[in-house]
Amino acid sequence: MSSLVEQPRGIELADRPADVAMNMGWTAQAHEWATTVDHKKIGIMYVVMSIVFLVIGGIEAILMRWQLFYPRSKVLDQDTFNQLFTMHGTTMVFFVGMPILIGIGNYFVPLMIGARDMAFPRLNAFGFWVTLFGGVMVYMSYITGGAPAVGWFAYAPLTSNTFSRGAATDFWALGLIVSGIGTIAGGVNFIATILGMRAPGMTLRKVPFFVWTMLWTSFQILLAIPPLTAALTMIIFDRQLGAHFFDVPNGGSAYLWQHLFWFFGHPEVYILILPVFGMVSEIIPVFSRKVLFGYEFMAAATMGIAFISLSVWAHHMFCVGMGRMPDLFFAVATFLVSIPTGIKFFNWLATMYGGRIWFASPMLFSFGFLSMFLIGGLTGIMLGAAPFDFQLSDSYFVVGHFHWVLIGGTLFGTFAGIHYWYPKVTGRMLSERLARWQFWLLYIGFILTFGPMHISGVLGMPRRIYTYDAGHGWEIWNQLSTLGALIQVPSYAILVYNLITSLWKGKPAGDDPWDAWTLEWMTTSPPPSYNFEEVPTVHSRRPLWDLKHPEDPDWQYE
Amino acid sequence: MTQPASDLPVPPPIAPERMLKPAQWGMASFLLSEVAFFCTLIATYVAFMGKDTVGPTPAQALSLPLVIATTICLLSSSVVIHFAERSLHRGEQKRFLFLLAGTAALGIVFLLGTAIEWRTLIVDHHLTIGRNLFGSTYYTLVGFHGLHVTVGIVAMLIVLVLAIGRELTEKFRNGVELVAWYWHFVDAVWIVVFLVVYVASRSSGA
Amino acid sequence: MDVIGQCALLAAVRGSPGNMSIFAPASPGAHSIVDLAILTFVVTGLIFVVVEGVLLYSVWRFRQPRVEQTGEPPQVYGSMPIEVAWTAAPTLIVFFLVLVTTRTLWDVEKTQPKSKPGDNTLFVNVIGHQWWWEYVYESYDGRILGFVTANELHMPVSDDDTMRPVYLTLKSADVCHSYWVPRLAGKVDLIPGRVNSLMLETKEPGLQLGQCAEFCGAQHANMLLRVNVDTPEEFERWLANESKAALEESAVADGRAKFLAQSCVNCHAVRGTPARGTYAPDLTHLMSRQTLASGIIENTPETLADWVRDPQPIKPGCLMPAFGLTERDQQLIVRYLLSLR
Ligand code: HEA
Ligand code: HEA
Ligand code: HEC
Ligand code: CUA
Ligand SMILES: [Cu+2]
Repeated sequence: MSSLVEQPRGIELADRPADVAMNMGWTAQAHEWATTVDHKKIGIMYVVMSIVFLVIGGIEAILMRWQLFYPRSKVLDQDTFNQLFTMHGTTMVFFVGMPILIGIGNYFVPLMIGARDMAFPRLNAFGFWVTLFGGVMVYMSYITGGAPAVGWFAYAPLTSNTFSRGAATDFWALGLIVSGIGTIAGGVNFIATILGMRAPGMTLRKVPFFVWTMLWTSFQILLAIPPLTAALTMIIFDRQLGAHFFDVPNGGSAYLWQHLFWFFGHPEVYILILPVFGMVSEIIPVFSRKVLFGYEFMAAATMGIAFISLSVWAHHMFCVGMGRMPDLFFAVATFLVSIPTGIKFFNWLATMYGGRIWFASPMLFSFGFLSMFLIGGLTGIMLGAAPFDFQLSDSYFVVGHFHWVLIGGTLFGTFAGIHYWYPKVTGRMLSERLARWQFWLLYIGFILTFGPMHISGVLGMPRRIYTYDAGHGWEIWNQLSTLGALIQVPSYAILVYNLITSLWKGKPAGDDPWDAWTLEWMTTSPPPSYNFEEVPTVHSRRPLWDLKHPEDPDWQYE
Repeated sequence: MTQPASDLPVPPPIAPERMLKPAQWGMASFLLSEVAFFCTLIATYVAFMGKDTVGPTPAQALSLPLVIATTICLLSSSVVIHFAERSLHRGEQKRFLFLLAGTAALGIVFLLGTAIEWRTLIVDHHLTIGRNLFGSTYYTLVGFHGLHVTVGIVAMLIVLVLAIGRELTEKFRNGVELVAWYWHFVDAVWIVVFLVVYVASRSSGA
Repeated sequence: MDVIGQCALLAAVRGSPGNMSIFAPASPGAHSIVDLAILTFVVTGLIFVVVEGVLLYSVWRFRQPRVEQTGEPPQVYGSMPIEVAWTAAPTLIVFFLVLVTTRTLWDVEKTQPKSKPGDNTLFVNVIGHQWWWEYVYESYDGRILGFVTANELHMPVSDDDTMRPVYLTLKSADVCHSYWVPRLAGKVDLIPGRVNSLMLETKEPGLQLGQCAEFCGAQHANMLLRVNVDTPEEFERWLANESKAALEESAVADGRAKFLAQSCVNCHAVRGTPARGTYAPDLTHLMSRQTLASGIIENTPETLADWVRDPQPIKPGCLMPAFGLTERDQQLIVRYLLSLR
């Protein structure tokens, strides 16, 4: 699709960063990346780091599935298995989910609001390196003779010296504190950028939807991560200085940790989904050729989710014996989240309805998101019904639920974003053929992996068990799960292959391959280091629509 | 961006937005995260208040006179830095330097007070972080606050060094403003810490 | 309702002793949860069908090759009435869900009564240990019991005339655990420093299985739960036997002496002997149990001998070490243990 508008050509081809890099030596390039403060390079590094960790975490998952294929199988021993799920969960949440979203945000928030960089470029680089360092630190625990084996929410007092000897738990806690500092730096940066650096005319009611969700995600980061940092510090004080926060025999409280962790943990899961809501809210309109339906309601729903999600944390603790009234309170709060989420869902459907839907890979993945996240959300509602959760909690049903939202939601949405924006980042298109293979392998493999988990959970299978007995009817479901996981492997391999080879094999993309409407498509692909030759002026939520349709611009209707 | 042809709709003029500067947003949001951090520590302190089975308790160990004195220092330093900022805006560089140094000095006095207090606690009352819950929560909360005071003092010293004998730019003034925000925040946190630790938990009898 | 609950998918394990399905409830509490579960299934199922239906329809109806038009489709920016409608509809559904949740919550969370004669109620303290269960029988039908056993809970079956509930008081000796016998009740955690409670009652005699459901360290996977639901007569007989101190058989006097001379007594208790350890399962009536080591192996002379020789291959990482006993000592000790009926 050719663009209808003459666009400013900032720089000659030879000046583009990628081409400049081609002409540099290897060390010079490495130096360039290591010292860069350009939000685009940092964004790329975040995403690359996340994909590396995704493969690591995925391999850990495959090992676990291998062990669970047969009852009483002896592929892994109990310690290895317990370490694997701890590292898998930690990796996926802290070093895949968050950094990949922060990375994409880093690249595109400034571009979408017409800014030349993030507000604090050096803080930005600091945030990335610190996040990476935190990840490396958590993995360093393997060198000390074993990774932590406490689960990703590390319930006290299992984390105390008495029950977790060795340094693994300290590495884990320190690594998360360190990477948390990086995440907070990212959150501060996003807020300063979004609130302080929008292009002239782009009022807060006119920001692209992805930017809006990144803003609220950042608020969630600022309110959720520091409590985790504080709680992790307490663990370290307990372990290293003999403090008593979680030391029950001396009056400490195991229960307090659960509250502190989930006060972080629940908003965390929305940190992992809100930016994805934003991405699909960019993609669905473009590929349906219609404006986003009900922008204001979508915006309000985002805020609603951000606020409500601060008050639902104890739905992870229904079984701790809080009593009826607290149980009821948290159940109601949990149900309430479904209302704004529903608003979003219906608005996406309304956007597609009556449009002209073009199933290029970004839309395909958005479809995957829509069709799968719904299921994960609905199983979330079942978990939210407190008495039902007495049965489901800590069973494989929960494992099914959260993979359904994390993969069906976060990953599908992120892949949609990656396929949508790859041409902008590299100047090349991803292979559509490979993208389709990736999608269908993932779609099928994913359903086959995590669907059966709901059933084994209902049949009484608890999570985090390294082995199980035959005769409970769990075998077949576990075998299907493992099979599904194997189907997923080539899908991720294809993604990696496609991302790498398209760098030189991909079709040249041009500046605006999807005929889209937000500012990032106005500049070149890849954008010059200063993003825009001339800071654009904005009159509506779809500045490029206004350019392409001067006779019927958007600002008339907003 | 473009000059619309005459028969095309003309967008309304763009009203300039009056918002904070990016750096101000940055500091404000950073302080928000600090609020979340300290709320957690304070909530933990309160959760463990009076739950100790071994002493010393806050009532036994904490004495007010010293801490009231240091509190007055810290709170008045907030006023001093406010006047420092004022004089900076009026361009009175000498006075500014003097007041800023005064702020830092008051902060240092506060830290010295804390040091003396901790010494008494450790030596006379044998209260260490590992002694009991009060020790764990007290040193963590007050310690992290002290760390923030220290950071503030270092920031002010850096500003001082940068400012001596130099033309003070707009950018510099903005920087000083942010340091002042931070300092006010640290003071505000202290008020809460003081009320919780020295008033509530001391008088809760435990 | 029930019929749907026990639907085809889950039929596979119905009736088999390994059945741990939450959709095969054997107690009133588990039953009300299933009713709630089915309601939420139906509600979310309907939402699923409608939303997914609209999605698939839109995708099929408006996909590009089908819609052949030039230029952009009409741009619709939103609609207040529609937004209000689809905010209100989920709100109503949520309201309904809150009501049914509240009802069930009040149904299943019972406060624990005081023990009194004639109440047919059993009171047991459950203490979670890494990785086994300690049961302290407090009282039954108002009678004080006061004996300790491990790993296999016995409770009386209820019938149409008399309910014979068990109130469990849940505590932990070390880390968090969770008590979960799916067919009898939802899970309740055992958290160090807290006291929780749980009520079980059932009209179905026989064995109910369950498992610790909160990750509690290396052998969390092998911290199994067994609940024997006995007829009242069987139960009384079992109580009478458990209340007694250990038998003293002269035939195993050697073994008894060996056992008492070993470090076993530091961890294990055998009532009526100097063995008073509280760190590990009470062995007073070891042979009245069908399994060893919280349900992972059958309790036979061979497995017992293997266990005493070296528990680690059987339950790797468990907190009982191997002692390197001589073959003879080990045989003597096992013979003694076999006498603890
Ligand atoms: C991306 C991450 C993500 C997201 C978005 C969600 C979304 C939701 N989650 Fe989930 N959750 C996790 C990640 C996530 N979760 C993780 C990682 C865990 C486990 C952590 C661990 O234990 O390791 C977990 C665990 C978890 C539990 C605890 C289970 C337990 O351990 O006992 C509960 C309980 O209430 C819950 C509920 C919900 C609900 C109600 C939503 C809602 O937000 C869903 C809302 C969406 C919809 C409902 C669908 C769309 C709405 C409509 C079409 C409108 C109409 C619908 C109705 C009126 C019902 N989740
Ligand atoms: C974003 C988050 C995320 C993602 C993507 C995944 C992905 C997967 N997860 Fe995970 N999972 C969690 C988050 C996530 N998980 C969390 C939070 C927990 C809880 C942890 C805890 O209990 O503490 C958990 C727990 C968990 C369990 C439960 C463990 C237990 O309770 O005992 C299981 C079991 O099957 C599992 C499986 C899988 C599988 C099979 C995948 C698959 O989708 C993975 C597929 C990916 C790959 C297979 C990549 C491999 C790719 C290659 C090998 C290609 C290499 C080629 C080249 C480089 C060219 N996960
Ligand atoms: C260090 C403490 C310790 C010592 C000493 C010890 N045990 Fe154990 N024993 C345990 C623990 C802990 C368990 C529970 C293991 C589990 O199920 O995880 C156990 C379980 C058992 C069981 C199974 C009990 C049941 O209810 O299933 C038997 C039988 C047993 N021990 C016998 C012995 C004998 C005989 C000796 C002495 C030779 C001995 N133990 C010494 C700690 C100890
Ligand atoms: Cu005990 Cu898991
Ligand atoms: Cu949650």
